Amino acid sequence: MEKRDYLDLYHQMVVIRRLEERSAELYQQGKIGGFLHLYIGQEAVSTGLISVRRPEDRIITAYRDHGVAINCGLSAREVMAELLGKATGCSRGKGGSMHLADVKKNFWGGHAIVGAHLPIAAGLALGDVYQNNQAVTVCMFGDGATNIGYFHEALNLSKVWNLPVLWVCENNQYGMGTAVERASAVSEIRRKADGYGMKSEAVDGMDVMKVREVSARLYEEIRNGSGPQFLEVITYRFRGHSMGDPERYRSSEEVKTWLENDPIGIYHRYLLENDIASEEELQQQIQMAEEEVNDAVAFAEASPEPPAEELFKHIYVEG
Amino acid sequence: MARITMREAISQALWEEMERDPRVFILGEEVGVWGGTYAVTKGFYDHFGPERVRDTPIAEAAIIGAAIGAALTGLRPVAELMTINFAFSAMDHIVNQAAKLHYMFGGQMILPLVIRAVGGGGRQLGATHSQTPDAIFAHFPGLKVVAPGTPADAKGMLKAAIRSQDPVLFIEHATLYQTRGEVPEGDYIVPLGKSTIQREGRHVTIVTYSKMLEISTKAADQLAKEGIEAEIVDLRSLRPLDMGPVLESFKKTNRAVIVEEGWKSYGVGAEVASRIYEEAFDYVDAPIKRVAQAEVPLPYNRTLEQMALPQVEDVIKAVKEVL
Ligand SMILES: Cc1ncc(C[n+]2csc(CCOP(=O)(O)OP(=O)(O)O)c2C)c(N)n1
Ligand SMILES: [Mg+2]
Repeated sequence: MEKRDYLDLYHQMVVIRRLEERSAELYQQGKIGGFLHLYIGQEAVSTGLISVRRPEDRIITAYRDHGVAINCGLSAREVMAELLGKATGCSRGKGGSMHLADVKKNFWGGHAIVGAHLPIAAGLALGDVYQNNQAVTVCMFGDGATNIGYFHEALNLSKVWNLPVLWVCENNQYGMGTAVERASAVSEIRRKADGYGMKSEAVDGMDVMKVREVSARLYEEIRNGSGPQFLEVITYRFRGHSMGDPERYRSSEEVKTWLENDPIGIYHRYLLENDIASEEELQQQIQMAEEEVNDAVAFAEASPEPPAEELFKHIYVEG
Repeated sequence: MARITMREAISQALWEEMERDPRVFILGEEVGVWGGTYAVTKGFYDHFGPERVRDTPIAEAAIIGAAIGAALTGLRPVAELMTINFAFSAMDHIVNQAAKLHYMFGGQMILPLVIRAVGGGGRQLGATHSQTPDAIFAHFPGLKVVAPGTPADAKGMLKAAIRSQDPVLFIEHATLYQTRGEVPEGDYIVPLGKSTIQREGRHVTIVTYSKMLEISTKAADQLAKEGIEAEIVDLRSLRPLDMGPVLESFKKTNRAVIVEEGWKSYGVGAEVASRIYEEAFDYVDAPIKRVAQAEVPLPYNRTLEQMALPQVEDVIKAVKEVL
């Protein structure tokens, strides 16, 4: 890894954090509507995971998708514009927070029905196998999603057909207000892969370097024909499930303990302690991220609303 | 009578039925500790305990399937689907199991089951989370489908649904929870499968239900200022569908507009209009009009979403067209 790469990871994580903080403000001002699920606390997961993907590798995730979009190379501008429902948003203002996507960047979307995108991920991988593409499909989902039938059908199918999928469970300890052990028969979620004869491992999701390292290895194995594998990433969402969550299901002490493991803080210290970057250089990255997000908000606010005819566009493929 | 919100009315019905009958219990996602994502079951977990207010995993098929099984043993489950959009994840259990078992086994199996589900658009939740697929469910014999539009009906019909011997899909509208109305205290029952005339008028019949009752009432208020008196029939129940009040009203006004939030094609309006043509053709003075959602998956953008949803002006326009 070059110094540039280290700084780039840092930059991405800080952009995500700032973008989410600004989104929360814009939501409170009524400029963002619908549901808004923030990724704060989980930045290291998608940043590490996606940092080692090749352009041909496909990424698909659930509705907690802003960070994933940034890591896939979408600009803060087009993400923010989508959150504001503007014509310049990545889904032309029709998708909103839960439905970001950029197919050209091989980001196959945020998906709002829990677990529904898992069988779709199997299909993306099938498409690659069928067409002899050497690509890996990375499918991200929450701990809660491992309790719905879709999850089990998709894992089984991927193993039966030996599909190149990396199943990534972001175990942030809760599905809405339900703690993992209240909803899942096994709380060590990676054990669920055992039922499908699938290799699995777990990694600390607050440490971007660890996520990156294990991901790089798994991509390689899958690319070399290992078949599907399962990665459980242990993490925590610092904010509520979505805006307006009363958070009656967890104690502030618990949240505080996790806040001490802030993924950005951990990586910040890592860069300093290993003499990879100076405090000044990191502050500079924070400054740049701040400007990028300010610019994105200004761009989104100044962007036009989708025109009325957009309502009837894209129901079917034109032509 | 107290003036309470739709949310309170539904909550009250559930609470009273659980106090009355120990066989009644609730299951669903976030119904317990969280208190219901729409706060309908707030306080239930502490009062009735985790056995009767059961938080489930995210597993809609298992929620409905288990509710069916429990109902078969004589319990009276009230299964909550966080939104009706997630009913599709439990579609087999709703339409292939709940709606069939009683008939298919020659009446042996009885499943007194209520499925509560929140539907409707208008909150910028995007295409998968904003649907009004009521008509789809009303298509299936064996299932009762109801969707009250007032707090009083919500309370009375939920009680009737819980006491019913049949599976009932009870559809609530997310933007009606704050709507207030007079609701009788205590054991108030509104029988399922009964339409009602919500407002009297002599020039035109507006047939509607759920959220669109509110929209239609606003339209009728404005029309009244122009001297047009609209009669409003609230269907309340889509299956069984009670055409009595609709026909009675239509025979008086000879003109009808049907207002529904869901898509027009193959919808509630299509059904009601056909029945009017079939059963009261001689009374038709003008082609019946339907007001419904634009035939698109609902977009996130607020302006576009509102363009797609039926508005007060759309109802007024349709009424003027049939006059
Ligand atoms: C089929 C379905 N059921 C219920 C929901 C409502 N819902 C949205 S997110 C969520 C919790 C998901 O938890 P998890 O998979 O752990 O993801 P996290 O939100 O923690 O990232 C629920 C129940 C839904 N969107 N889809
Ligand atoms: Mg979770």
